[in-house]
Amino acid sequence: MEHIELFFKSIFIDNMVFATFLGMCSYLAVSKKVSTAVGLGAAVIFVLAITVPLNWLLDQYILQPGALKWLGPEFASYDLSFLSFIMFIATIATMVQLVEIIVEKFSPSLYNSLGIFLPLIAVNCAILGGSLFMQSREIATFGLALNYGIGSGIGWFLAILAIAAIREKIRYSNVPAPLRGLGITFIITGLMAIGFMSFGGMLTGGDEGASKKEDKAVEVEMIETPKVDNEETIEIAENTTTKEIN
Amino acid sequence: MGLLSKKDSKLILDPLADNNPITIQVLGICSALAITAELKASIVMSISVLFVMGVGNVVISLMRNIIPSKIRIIVQLVVVAFLVIIVDLVLKAFAYELSKTLSVFVGLIITNCIIMGRFEAFALGNGIWRSFLDGIGNALGYGVILIIVGFFRELLGSGTLLGFKVLGDPIEKTGLYAIGYENNGFMLLSPMALIVVGILIWVQRSRNKALIED
Repeated sequence: MEHIELFFKSIFIDNMVFATFLGMCSYLAVSKKVSTAVGLGAAVIFVLAITVPLNWLLDQYILQPGALKWLGPEFASYDLSFLSFIMFIATIATMVQLVEIIVEKFSPSLYNSLGIFLPLIAVNCAILGGSLFMQSREIATFGLALNYGIGSGIGWFLAILAIAAIREKIRYSNVPAPLRGLGITFIITGLMAIGFMSFGGMLTGGDEGASKKEDKAVEVEMIETPKVDNEETIEIAENTTTKEIN
Repeated sequence: MGLLSKKDSKLILDPLADNNPITIQVLGICSALAITAELKASIVMSISVLFVMGVGNVVISLMRNIIPSKIRIIVQLVVVAFLVIIVDLVLKAFAYELSKTLSVFVGLIITNCIIMGRFEAFALGNGIWRSFLDGIGNALGYGVILIIVGFFRELLGSGTLLGFKVLGDPIEKTGLYAIGYENNGFMLLSPMALIVVGILIWVQRSRNKALIED
């Protein structure tokens, strides 16, 4: 249950692109065609799935305050957490180099289409961000860290796939000239992010059972009031749809 | 600009407008969007990036002839990570509350594309002084956008600037709130940062038609 919750949370609620804006540079630069977007998205899932668990191990056994206890009791007071940036980025850079070599070997066409962006995965904020969020959210086990890496990778993949598909279609619409290209992409991403915020209510908290029960109790009390809101919003929605048809 | 030749001052002034790192070069967007809900956070972030870019560009420019090109990305990452650790520790020591607000985004300066982008595009091929100016210029261009976005989001979202209640008190109904003005809480949510930057791009490109994409 814990796993499923974290998985969906990292895909939808804490979506890398829409909730925390990580990896925006390559998200904007490589999203002109669906095929390249798929390639980069897959590479991001792969690299995140490897680096987050690896960095979790580093964090648990080297970097955290007191993590060096396994070396002997005299190391228990060491706190190396200030080194985590360098350690994380070194792991990531190495892994990206590896992925680059593998992709070049097995899929030269993908390698050509990704061009300079494969090495840039190393400086993709989503990758380092995944590790840093893993650290700051204190993910408890190795399995959960792997889960978190894959989940947030899929979230990023979903986001870049969606925006690439929209950008392919929007070429045929009449966008105001100064907004063409970058501007409209920003605004569409903003609207998509607002859409993704509606997932926020899906899992409230999810950390403690106690707070959940309280939420449920509150919800039961609140049932009567939202009904009115719903009717209103339905009316508004109907109005807008009719306007659009007109 | 008595100190700087015309060519040098162009290095600083260009990124402020016509070659802005965020709106034109599309670099360093991640952090620009996530931390701009408050003006104070945006200013601190701009200063941090200014420091890292200025010093980092000089260091890379100094080492440009001895870095083997195959491992240059790793070398660059280590230089930036070193500088960012300094920034992070300084922030934690002197502005602990703020460093909590910025959370992982200080660390994410390492992967801020502006820094790597300018290292690759400029510092690896130019002298120390010019690289320094380029770093400062681009960091300023980045900071300008951050501060504009932070200004509007904080002003419209919570009615304050740097924590001061410039529009009056929403609870006691003074100032603008007396005549029925309400804060737009939506501006504080992250998607609005994207839309504000989108509008900035719109404004800039309608003023300068040469920047319009086909």
